[in-house]
Amino acid sequence: MSYVPGSVAVVGAAESTRIGVVPEMSQIMLHADAALNAMEDAGLRPGDIDGLACVGMMMPQQIAHYLGITPRWVDGTWVGGCSFLLHVRHAAAAIAAGYAKTILITHGESGRSRINAVPRPPEPESLAGQFESPFGVLGPATQFTIPALRYMKATGTTEEHLAMVAVVQREWAALNPRAMFRDPVTVDEVLASRMVAYPFRLLMCCLVTDGGGALILTSAERAKDLPKPPAYILGSGESVEATMVSQMEDFTSSRAFRVSGRAAFEMAGIRHDEVDHLMIYDAFAHVPLYGLEDLGFCEPGEAKDLIWNGNTRPGGKLPLNTNGGGLSYTHTGLYGMFALQESVRQIRGTAPAQVKDARISLTHGVGGMFSASGTIVFGKEQP
Amino acid sequence: MEPGLAGEIAEINVTYSMPERNAVGLHPFSDWDEVDWAGSRPKATPETRHFWEGCREGRLLLQRCRETGRAYFPPRPFSPYTGSRDVEVFEAEGTGFLYSYVIHQRPVPGFVPPYAIAVVELTEGPRLMTNIVGCPQTPEALVLDMAVEVVFRRISEEITLPLFRPQEGAR
Repeated sequence: MSYVPGSVAVVGAAESTRIGVVPEMSQIMLHADAALNAMEDAGLRPGDIDGLACVGMMMPQQIAHYLGITPRWVDGTWVGGCSFLLHVRHAAAAIAAGYAKTILITHGESGRSRINAVPRPPEPESLAGQFESPFGVLGPATQFTIPALRYMKATGTTEEHLAMVAVVQREWAALNPRAMFRDPVTVDEVLASRMVAYPFRLLMCCLVTDGGGALILTSAERAKDLPKPPAYILGSGESVEATMVSQMEDFTSSRAFRVSGRAAFEMAGIRHDEVDHLMIYDAFAHVPLYGLEDLGFCEPGEAKDLIWNGNTRPGGKLPLNTNGGGLSYTHTGLYGMFALQESVRQIRGTAPAQVKDARISLTHGVGGMFSASGTIVFGKEQP
Repeated sequence: MEPGLAGEIAEINVTYSMPERNAVGLHPFSDWDEVDWAGSRPKATPETRHFWEGCREGRLLLQRCRETGRAYFPPRPFSPYTGSRDVEVFEAEGTGFLYSYVIHQRPVPGFVPPYAIAVVELTEGPRLMTNIVGCPQTPEALVLDMAVEVVFRRISEEITLPLFRPQEGAR
């Protein structure tokens, strides 16, 4: 049995009531707040939900019990910030297989206020604890970023090109009242911001925020009886590579991106020029460059020019990261949920920076340090 | 690896305990003495013990898949290429080139910023994360593809870290 494109749809989608700095909510309440909003959006109640997915650090049983849900299908896949894209893919398969009828996917993270958030340094016996931690790494800014200089040398990408990624995303954020950073910036201003880990400056690094998001999926058939226009799942992909960035196969291209992206395009049966709207998880400014190339929107080394020449900015032919992205909109620590939310808004026609006639939207996610990837293709119509 | 490495290590110890080392941008370890190590301490597992024992003896040990002849890292008692358990431990040359890096600007226990966190590609093929010592921690000094060689720094009774420095006459 293979997945029939469009046979499952997102019928409920919402973020937490507030995002950014939300000290009035703990991590589990951010899950619940977003879930309640998504259920209201879909016209459903906890009793209507029979499947639940959330990342393993917040085990599904915690969320199920907190929300009063009795699932007959759960998924705690935890591969970093793109976990929710894998949840969507797994949920679509589960619904198609009859394991569940209506699946809720939740995210909540008190990334900034750190209420009920547990930091987890690698165990000294883990591979990362033995072979990366001793060399002075301090989280994603010192690990996710390490491949960049090699990529830049191989492709002729400069610090100015990296800065332009942030500049263009700020243009999108300016159109979005919920974005944390909305003031325009220039390449020079990005390059004048504080150095965090050469060649990455502060404005090339994602935000650290509080927030949550939730999605509800059901069959296309059942979706017809629900209030919101469905965002059909046309295709999906997933893959993982290495938890240690030093062991990434090729620093100029992500194997996980290529495997996941190819699977999603094949399943959806679409061409690149049919994609009206694109989200590529931007934990740091180099990630969209890898994404554009590894998904096949341009040849290796061309992503810098694609962005520099204005193709991805408002009014460009390939609108990218239209909520402002992790660089300017929000980034709780696991941004993938927010990229998915923006794709659903674009398909519904309700995005603050709405792309005209967006019929196909692709969300591409990354797990920390290029360790994992997920890709979802949404469609406005059932094929 | 050249014989007499122990002597070299002794020499490096002298070089790096000079108080002005940070002023000239050398690697900012407070000292080469284990008591000063405030950084993260690895703990060996049954599968990695030989690697850490090798470092303690001043030898960089890799493993090789006998079927393909290809070296791999990190240590494990089987080939990631074929799944075969027919593998052997061998001593690497201890040479390679600078593959990529960042220069971190914030303090981390055991480190004084700015310091480079680097990935070196060994002559035998595998890559590993490390620090580059013996040169300023600047983009001008840390040139991608420059030849590097291993040096060892003892941080505890059990653990000695493999670090790298520019090869003589490199660049």
